[in-house]
Amino acid sequence: MTLNQSDKIQDITSGGFDSEVTAARKNFGKLMTGLVVACVGIAILPLGSILFMLLKNGLSRLFLNFPSVFTELPPPPLVEGGGFSNAIMGTIITCTIGALLSVPFGVLTAIYTVEFGRGNKLSQFVRFCTNVLSGVPSIIAGLFAYGIVVLTMGNFSAIAGGVALSVLMMPIIIRTAEEGLKSIPSEVRQGLVGIGATNFQGVTSVILPATLPFIATGVTLALARAAGETAPLLFTALFSQFQARSLSEPIATLSVLIYNFAIAPYANQNSLAWAAALIIVVLIMFVSILARTLTARKIY
Amino acid sequence: MTSQTIAKSETLIESSQKFNPVRLVDQIFYWLTVATALGVGFILLWIAWSLLSIAFPAIVKFNIGFLFSTSWNPVNDAFGALPQIAGTIISAIIALLFAVPLGVGVAVFLSENFLPTKVQTPLGLLVELLAAVPSVVYGMWGIFVFVPFILPFLQGIHRVFGWIPLFSTPPSTRQMFTTAMVLAIMILPTIIAISRDSLLSVAPELRQGAYGLGATRWETLTRVLVPSALSGIIGSVMLALGRALGETMAAAMLIGNANRINISLFAPASTISAMIANQFGEASGLQKSALFYQALILMVMTLIVNMLAEVIVNRFQQVE
Repeated sequence: MTLNQSDKIQDITSGGFDSEVTAARKNFGKLMTGLVVACVGIAILPLGSILFMLLKNGLSRLFLNFPSVFTELPPPPLVEGGGFSNAIMGTIITCTIGALLSVPFGVLTAIYTVEFGRGNKLSQFVRFCTNVLSGVPSIIAGLFAYGIVVLTMGNFSAIAGGVALSVLMMPIIIRTAEEGLKSIPSEVRQGLVGIGATNFQGVTSVILPATLPFIATGVTLALARAAGETAPLLFTALFSQFQARSLSEPIATLSVLIYNFAIAPYANQNSLAWAAALIIVVLIMFVSILARTLTARKIY
Repeated sequence: MTSQTIAKSETLIESSQKFNPVRLVDQIFYWLTVATALGVGFILLWIAWSLLSIAFPAIVKFNIGFLFSTSWNPVNDAFGALPQIAGTIISAIIALLFAVPLGVGVAVFLSENFLPTKVQTPLGLLVELLAAVPSVVYGMWGIFVFVPFILPFLQGIHRVFGWIPLFSTPPSTRQMFTTAMVLAIMILPTIIAISRDSLLSVAPELRQGAYGLGATRWETLTRVLVPSALSGIIGSVMLALGRALGETMAAAMLIGNANRINISLFAPASTISAMIANQFGEASGLQKSALFYQALILMVMTLIVNMLAEVIVNRFQQVE
């Protein structure tokens, strides 16, 4: 009996079926695995190099007479030392203006598309427009802000920079807010109707607070994008060697400082550009990780 | 009994028709959200309109011939966009040629269990974070690290293959080819992240079925998993193409801004966005209009690419 069984097993594994993995099939697998590992190797080289050079060049400049980078103004050509305190402030100011314009607008839009008009023509149109808007090249957002703010106000300003950034932040905020609103189960809405709440009461007192982690995620992601954007600020916020005194003046930002100082032929300015780049990248990575932990805290 | 209920409902209707601040606030709130929803579309039109209105003098003067003219002469007011359009498309295509095979390969690697999950998840996270590194940082890395590193290799290629027109000029420090490679590195995280997502979202039953039929891991990948994730992968490529077309900073810093079309990839060239970034500061009058005209062309190009991407991704979602 046992002998018979082992015979049968042998039959199945060796003869009858042609199910063996032939050498050619094995080699195909090995070849492809090799190719893919090579892809990973080639991809890691430049991406790793960027991170390494950022740390190497950025850290060495940051810790060269330490707090000066954060407290001093950008140096003129051929002058040693200096920092970019005004650019840090400028980045914070332009990003804040961008957020103030885009967050209320984006959240209200998401409330319409999910709460009031889910699936109707207008919300489909909004979805389409959001997708198109997120694909608009950033330099075009800059030209738009130039056209509507700089030309009407007559000069380059922090406000114009904020308007340009808000165009780029809007789609991110709309999408994450929509995601958050959709994550709320319909029982909550039925409950709200059941206790006689109006839409406004329901949205502001129950639904929005529950969506807050998602909105916070959207805002942080949008800020992370805005902080690194250079092209939209080139002809809107421009640049300034000094501390900003008002919102209607040209203002320095970290990203434009990186651009100006990276293409300048002066070693000190170049090294400052590396330090600024390191700060921006660390900031963006910190904010992106923060955004992830925020979404992890779901209420429903 | 019945009369009582009727009376009650009448009061209910009456109360609903009375002035009620709570209901008024509700109505205002509703129409506010409608207004912002319409506003998103309005912003899009406003962007197009503001570009169009400033570009208008150039559109009237040069008409469609702008697309095919290579001149850029502020003194004689003669402007064209052909070198920039060509540079934009060529740099994006070369970038895709490098980035797509690499990106899909890495995505396959990261979606399979070649590595333990403890290593894989942080790697995936790292890729997504790299997608958020600003393009100006990529541009700076290109200037100080990548170009000095790659130039000797390109000189070697020029010496050996100089008879091929594509490599016919001695590699300059600011040129098309290195720009395209930096663009490729820049769009790589986008392709990896989205392709990996779509590979991971393929129904596990398909993989199980393929294994059950006796397929090896790579037969499953090449004949089942990659084909079923294909529209997601193509979508990621289209999004990356959109990003490469519209990319400003890396191109402005690396491409050399030469207003001519050169068959050699090692020669300086120009793209639309690099042209705008470089010339806008000093431009005035018709030159500014011409730059806005170029921006309009860029917007139409990216619009077409992004819409195609959306159509492809939507089809992908319907299959699921």
